[in-house]
Amino acid sequence: MILAGAFVDGLRFIGDNPGLLAHKALEQIELSAAALGIGLAVALPLGVALGHLHRGSGLAIGASIVGRALPSLVLIGVFLTVLGIGFVNNMVALAVLATGPILTNTFDGVDRVDRDAVEAARGMGMTGVQILRRVELPLALPLLFTGLRVAAVTVVATAPIAAIAGGGGLGDVIVNQASYRLSGVIGASLCVMVLSAGVFILLLALQAAVTPRGIRRTRVGIGPPRRKELP
Amino acid sequence: MTGDHVFCAGWVRDHWNDTLGPALVQHVELTAIAVGIGFALAFALGLAAHRLRPIEHPVGIAAALLYTIPSLALFQLLVPLTGLTWTTIEIALVGYTLVILFPNVVAGLRAASPDVLEAARGMGLTRRQVLWRVELPLAVPAIIGGLRIAVVSTISIGTIASFLGRYGLGYPIFAALKDPTPFKTEIYAAGALAVALALACDATLVLLRRVLVPWAGRGLA
Repeated sequence: MILAGAFVDGLRFIGDNPGLLAHKALEQIELSAAALGIGLAVALPLGVALGHLHRGSGLAIGASIVGRALPSLVLIGVFLTVLGIGFVNNMVALAVLATGPILTNTFDGVDRVDRDAVEAARGMGMTGVQILRRVELPLALPLLFTGLRVAAVTVVATAPIAAIAGGGGLGDVIVNQASYRLSGVIGASLCVMVLSAGVFILLLALQAAVTPRGIRRTRVGIGPPRRKELP
Repeated sequence: MTGDHVFCAGWVRDHWNDTLGPALVQHVELTAIAVGIGFALAFALGLAAHRLRPIEHPVGIAAALLYTIPSLALFQLLVPLTGLTWTTIEIALVGYTLVILFPNVVAGLRAASPDVLEAARGMGLTRRQVLWRVELPLAVPAIIGGLRIAVVSTISIGTIASFLGRYGLGYPIFAALKDPTPFKTEIYAAGALAVALALACDATLVLLRRVLVPWAGRGLA
């Protein structure tokens, strides 16, 4: 079948151009990591604070709805006009995309911690900050990591489009079928897919390493998931 | 007409009929066809998977794999097969829509608790009646939830479809970006339209859910 042939061509391209693809992949990882870092720095504290205070659910949920409605192309275009071509405008655009899932899931995670657990902690004399650090955050870790994973995979998978605005990365090959032929497009796309999968698995491993053993087995302290999470 | 103005309202008015308006209409058409077909397919597959459990996993995995293919790549991959036409774009968009809607349809159909199903059977309802009068109404919130994500996603991915040519609201943006000094108003106008379209569709679907299933409450997101 044609598709199988194309797939093989793509693999051959990867075999023929490991240096190029590795360099581009590294660029993409840099861009994605920077964007994710900003998204985390903005959304994580905000989500934790709002969740702890049980306020601002509208904002947290609205962030995801609006985030979904902002096409990456539009974000990149807009920031290009403000910040010029290059690394920064794409980093900011992707950071905006990352904020939604992180904010919503962090808020959800902290907000939905079992009220009984929190009350027991308060009864033991813990201050608000102590409750946050020793009860709410550990119990919220699964949802927190879900948000991080969704954001990370979204950013890595969306980064290719940044190539049209000087963002570099594997997108440089994907948008340039004239130079790299279809085999290049497919080869680079396969790399993007592997990167996304790799990031997903890496974060799963990180979550397993960081989650306290007592919480790992049971689903105590978290309500049933009510939101469809995108891969 | 300089590139230094932040926003040129005059340009928008002058070029509505030849650039922005048609692009918007195209985008709506693109989205409507993709979501329509995608929903029909997802619904059929979902019903099938509901009856025949073994179908669910293979379809789910194939769907997830499809979703990881960058849209830019999928569009270019299909061109040799179906040419530089609407069909190419629609195939890709339908694929992505299917990925989002299928799990939601299946989850929605499962929403009926065993007690409710038993009560229905106890009342003498046939399998088909149970489906139409119990399982489907209970599935509506999940299905509409999926539709919201699917519609907004499709509008978003649809902007990238313009990479292939004059399809939809992405075209003004791509065209402007090719210029060394991009014309800002074109980008802002097309972008604003895309975002407004997405938010409007989302709001409409929320209203639809409230009309169809008032007993489901306001729900989340």
